[in-house]
Amino acid sequence: MSQGTLYDKVWDQHKVTTLPNGQDQLFVGLHLIHEVTSPQAFGMLKERGLDVARPDLTHATVDHIVPTANQDRPYSDDAAETMMAELEENVRDAGIQFSDPTTGDQGIVHVIGPEQGITQPGKTIVCGDSHTSTHGAFGALAFGIGTSQIRDVLATQTIAMEKQKVRKIEVTGELDEGVEAKDIILEIIRRLGTEGGVGYVYEYAGETIENLDMEGRMSICNMSIEGGARAGYVNPDETTYEWLEETDYFQEHPEKFEELKPYWESIRSDDDAEYDDVVEIDASELDPVVTWGTTPGQGIGIDDPIPEPESLADDKVDTARRAQEHMRVEPGETMEGYDIDVAFLGSCTNARLPDLRRAARIVKGREVADDVRAFVVPGSQRVQEAARKEGLKDIFEEAGFEWRNAGCSMCLGMNEDQLEGDEACASSSNRNFVGRQGSKDGRTVLMNPRMVAAAAITGEVSDVRDLEEVAVA
Amino acid sequence: MSDPTEDIPSVDYVEGSGIPIRGNDIDTDQIIPARFMKVVTFDGLGEFAFFDLRFDDEDNEKDHPFNEERFQDANVMVVNNNFGCGSSREHAPQALMRWGIDAIIGEGFAEIFAGNCLALGIPTVTADHETINALQQWVEDNPDGDIEVDVRAETVTYGDNEINVSVDRAQREALVEGNWDTTALMKANRNAIEETASQLPYLDQTRSELEADD
Repeated sequence: MSQGTLYDKVWDQHKVTTLPNGQDQLFVGLHLIHEVTSPQAFGMLKERGLDVARPDLTHATVDHIVPTANQDRPYSDDAAETMMAELEENVRDAGIQFSDPTTGDQGIVHVIGPEQGITQPGKTIVCGDSHTSTHGAFGALAFGIGTSQIRDVLATQTIAMEKQKVRKIEVTGELDEGVEAKDIILEIIRRLGTEGGVGYVYEYAGETIENLDMEGRMSICNMSIEGGARAGYVNPDETTYEWLEETDYFQEHPEKFEELKPYWESIRSDDDAEYDDVVEIDASELDPVVTWGTTPGQGIGIDDPIPEPESLADDKVDTARRAQEHMRVEPGETMEGYDIDVAFLGSCTNARLPDLRRAARIVKGREVADDVRAFVVPGSQRVQEAARKEGLKDIFEEAGFEWRNAGCSMCLGMNEDQLEGDEACASSSNRNFVGRQGSKDGRTVLMNPRMVAAAAITGEVSDVRDLEEVAVA
Repeated sequence: MSDPTEDIPSVDYVEGSGIPIRGNDIDTDQIIPARFMKVVTFDGLGEFAFFDLRFDDEDNEKDHPFNEERFQDANVMVVNNNFGCGSSREHAPQALMRWGIDAIIGEGFAEIFAGNCLALGIPTVTADHETINALQQWVEDNPDGDIEVDVRAETVTYGDNEINVSVDRAQREALVEGNWDTTALMKANRNAIEETASQLPYLDQTRSELEADD
């Protein structure tokens, strides 16, 4: 087992005791909740006559079902309104802080936690959402949980967990123009497999990771779960601290920043830490990555041929064959030129301000292709407002994009934003599963946000490096 | 103090007929599409298990084991690798459980899914590809055949065969000892929880001190 890693240190710091079955009981430093996976947990709590143990360490938002066009209450979708009303009642009764849309702080749970500075290095963070791994970008130990576990955390502020192994993924090399954090993680998942991380936590390290901004690190940690790893993290460094210092919490409590910095430094993996596995990735060889199939592991460089299913590992052949049938792609072809109907710029993977800035540089002065529905769904109200102030909203709208309100939107199609029929979508989100974007015949091609912008303009999957970037404010 | 786990049944043994669900990487969006999660309870989710694989746009039945008459009484599901990947939605095992599944045998499970199953008392036991394939074929040929999943002994018995399977150690202990529902168990450690919290540099200690004075 690993020794001297951030994972080991944060685990030990939060360990309450070992339970009779051998699992450890861990204290939870931050519990994030949203409207889809928490109501049943509150229900179970009531049935058992239990209170929320630490409302002060619990924070709520609404993201999955929230409409991104008309947000007037009651929501036009009765089911969405019911879920929102239930969450409002639960947080009011328990005294939990709620970043609802009237606060200007609402957004996707994995965007607002970091924004508000409640996501911090060395915390344990859980949420009933598999992309909770995102918060690992700050050196937190963060993972998704199910509803029964939410009940446990609400009732006790602790969770029962087994310690996992740690795989260090060392990424080196300078990224080519047009290549981003998203491409790195898609390549990692392609190489290690969608199940390769089961039983592991991923530590992302190496000069390429160190040179990424916090948003890029979040994109990478976000998709750890797509590679089977329930958590992924980056050791905190000056980039992390600079970002944190600007957040609400540390603006309001500047003394805490200095007070906590030694703790953050202390939890970094030791130079001589022992890992259960080490994988090296040369990122300088990467081209922008797009998916050709229906799992996030089915990615290729934009210039690469779609693989013959038979050329893949035995256990991947059937999945690949079904995926190619669903996507209507042929082995040997590239994905370049694949017609798209929808361009979705959003999700907890890629809807932060720098993501929108980079995409705007491609979009500026150009027009969305005829017959393409293109829309931007900022990750949070703050991202939305900051992007508006910078003029990004105007750039997108002038090009023919719809500019929406914050939420999960078409990443999973729980609100009105859904694919129809067999539409193909160039998407900056994280999952290309069959049916994921709301239509069981829909086809999703995952890519980085600039590549989504390029596809929106050309109407087909394109190499963003062929489009000249325009400076934006 | 009473034993906090006394009401939780031990799940050391599951017996019944099988149902094969073939394919690797079956994600939780397949198991329960997101549109069925617009609910505030888990009641009634069983009928939506694998919905989009079972019905076409006009609600006509498609070929799927969950639609087949011969598997309607099954309670032991046999799956391949990385089953339950993707979203953390507990709605997935809740839907399977409410359809009638009491145990799952497979090549491998996504971690959050397996954890969610454990929280419901559903064993997720594993064996290699050949063993699973053979069992899936046997279930196809013997839809009424009896399968015994012995969690404690880590064996599965069907027909004239007894195979060794693996059950994660903590999962086995929790199921066999009947402490897979961890709320009361963990709540009983109140003092240790407070002690751990008091050592965390990022927590506002004044609050826990205030609480301690209550």
